[in-house]
Amino acid sequence: MSNFAKTFSSSLGKKLVMALTGIFLCTFLIVHLVGNLQLFKDDAGQAFNAYAYFMTHFGPIKIVSYLLYASIIIHAVYALLLTAANKKARPVAYAVQKGGQNSPWSSRNMGILGTILLIFIVVHMGDFWWKYHNAELPYAKYEISLENPNDLPKVSELPYDANRLVHSDIVDVQAGKQIVVSKDLYKIVNNAFQTWWYVLLYVVAMAALSFHLIHGFKSAFQTIGWNNSNLVPIIRFLGVWVFGVLIPLAFAAMPLYFFFFK
Amino acid sequence: MNLTLKVWRQKNAKAKGELVSYQADHVSPDMSFLEMLDVVNEGLIKKGDDPIHFDHDCREGICGSCSLHINGRPHGPKQGITTCQLHMRSFNDKDTIVIEPWRAEGFPVIKDLSTDRSAFDRIQVAGGFISVNTGGAPDANVIPIPKVVADEAFNSATCIGCGACVAACKNASAMLFVSAKVSQLALLPQGQPERYRRVQAMVAQMDAEGFGSCTNTGACEAECPKEISITNIARMNRDYFTAKLLKSEE
Repeated sequence: MSNFAKTFSSSLGKKLVMALTGIFLCTFLIVHLVGNLQLFKDDAGQAFNAYAYFMTHFGPIKIVSYLLYASIIIHAVYALLLTAANKKARPVAYAVQKGGQNSPWSSRNMGILGTILLIFIVVHMGDFWWKYHNAELPYAKYEISLENPNDLPKVSELPYDANRLVHSDIVDVQAGKQIVVSKDLYKIVNNAFQTWWYVLLYVVAMAALSFHLIHGFKSAFQTIGWNNSNLVPIIRFLGVWVFGVLIPLAFAAMPLYFFFFK
Repeated sequence: MNLTLKVWRQKNAKAKGELVSYQADHVSPDMSFLEMLDVVNEGLIKKGDDPIHFDHDCREGICGSCSLHINGRPHGPKQGITTCQLHMRSFNDKDTIVIEPWRAEGFPVIKDLSTDRSAFDRIQVAGGFISVNTGGAPDANVIPIPKVVADEAFNSATCIGCGACVAACKNASAMLFVSAKVSQLALLPQGQPERYRRVQAMVAQMDAEGFGSCTNTGACEAECPKEISITNIARMNRDYFTAKLLKSEE
């Protein structure tokens, strides 16, 4: 085994892999959240569908998305390897162990929280990512007046057609309108979030995300060794308030918004 | 005080152990935890039973010999003390106290509550030392060391190697111990020549001994009788990754 491979099979090396993939996944959350804010736009999904097209067809984003899928898998596989090794490190369990008196709950249950998140990711990607790429989705046609572009567009549904472009945007000057036709992911999202248990699954998953990141974000920097005393308060603040509260709340607001207001 | 003890009894390393109940009556609240066990043992010896084996030496909190996982926590319910510094006034009359040995692959049980902690010695031998030239003794204080650095190194050096960090950790990780031993030398000028070789050798030995890896729960620093901080772990990681990934000389 090369020295490089040895490094990443040591206990500290495996932790480094967890930390780096974890931080990468955290940065992805910001991008994903900002993009998904289009869902709150009151335009029958025009902006969201355009965004979905951009995210799936723009080269550099596609490359990053493959890195992202790899990171999820590596993060989960290394978590399993580490958990197995950690279980082996204590072959006989204590009859009484009061972890609650010396450590936070989230820090002791990262595996359970991570498993909830992995199940969520599979369901979430199956319902949106897989369907967008492979299912026969209808199309939404938006007709926007060139004279009054800020008016709500006229929306109509077009059936699935294998020969149709995923996204097209043409300006018909004679008719005085811009016509945008997109694969209608927005409709799928809207339909999915009308079911109460599906919304509940999302809210529970975001609660798991919150606890996972309250521990995980600061933990990643500790593992890397970035624990400068000026840096630690900033990392803790970001870990708790941005990644632990703001981001999960904003994500959880999406299914709730569709369930109650759409 | 009258107490019920549930004590782990195990004849030898190979035998299957179990929790056995003992009654400890007329316990003075001023006794230390180990004195209480001494009294229980005297009773057992008088009855012709095998006394409970447990490690102890200085009984003043500096040797690192005593251990015991008491009611689910290493060194009992108080912070910043060893079991020999724990007094029975920390318990209530009629309490049931569960006493177990440190549980870790790296700390096999020898007998009852006594565990073999020589894994820590082997980790130290792997790299926890500095080279010193022979010849005339150099002047004291000839190398300036900033006060904050000296203090930090001293804080790391207060580790007594008791193993409470391993016992407390849900992963039985020895990283607080190893990082304290790495830090106490890595912080000082005298520790520089072997700095990067040391951290690699000690981490390799730690892994070979079968200890788990850190998940940053902070249980170790909460239970450490010397209150050693997990910033040591971050420092060890930093040195290890520097050695493995950035420096080519070491």
